[in-house]
Amino acid sequence: MPIGYYLALSGVLFAIGAAGVFLRRNLITLLLSVEIMLNAVNLSFVAFSRQQGSVDGQIITFFVMTVAAAEAAVGLALVIALFRHRESLNPEAFTSLKW
Amino acid sequence: MGSDLILFGLFAAVAVMGSLAVIGQKNPIYSVLALILSFFGLSGLYVLLEAPFVAVVQIIIYAGAIMVLFLFVVMLLNVPQEDAAEWDRTHPYYRPAPVAVGSVLAVATLALLAWAFSRTPGLGMGVADARPAASSVGQLGRVLFTDYMFAFEVTSILILIAMVGAVALARKREQ
Repeated sequence: MPIGYYLALSGVLFAIGAAGVFLRRNLITLLLSVEIMLNAVNLSFVAFSRQQGSVDGQIITFFVMTVAAAEAAVGLALVIALFRHRESLNPEAFTSLKW
Repeated sequence: MGSDLILFGLFAAVAVMGSLAVIGQKNPIYSVLALILSFFGLSGLYVLLEAPFVAVVQIIIYAGAIMVLFLFVVMLLNVPQEDAAEWDRTHPYYRPAPVAVGSVLAVATLALLAWAFSRTPGLGMGVADARPAASSVGQLGRVLFTDYMFAFEVTSILILIAMVGAVALARKREQ
């Protein structure tokens, strides 16, 4: 099982997440796409951790998960606050800096 | 060795299909559920990589906690589905110039990536060649609370700030 397989899968998942950020017009789906990208990176970390025979990659995975949780909490709070203002989740609705 | 490859293919297919379903759905609830499916595929891959604790945390924290938060917000907002007609009207993909430039850039990036991938040494190295690190919870905890002590403490402050920030942002302002 070459490590290239895991890296290729990680790259494919990251590309899917990036495509989601570019293509979708729904704030919640954008946040979900960011989660896909974070998970793709986690996969490379764990694969390298296994290949090098050290646990450092797994530890970093935990930190990435923590940051993802914090990002999700703050991001969703922002989404709720924005939705109260505009009754919309389309990012095109939030182009002004002030209202 | 063969069973490894079959399991890898299976879990990878679940992860990729789940992720594609996330960005292919118009309804955000289905997107969240598809992402949970994708996380189960990734969790299986972590087991294959002999990182069982990461696999369990992936299910408990990601699928269990973060995705429930997403589902909760989706249902709280009673989210409207994306308006397909508005999407067609406003989306940059329906203007020819950005499509042309973007396609060229995407193909160039892909070619560059493939070139870099083909030149990277060690990609054929077996992922399981090294002795597996002792990844029991005790070993992980020992490393986490010695080598990564500072990062761990900073993370706790980050969580506190995120908690306060979320409460402050989502609160209803009284006029």
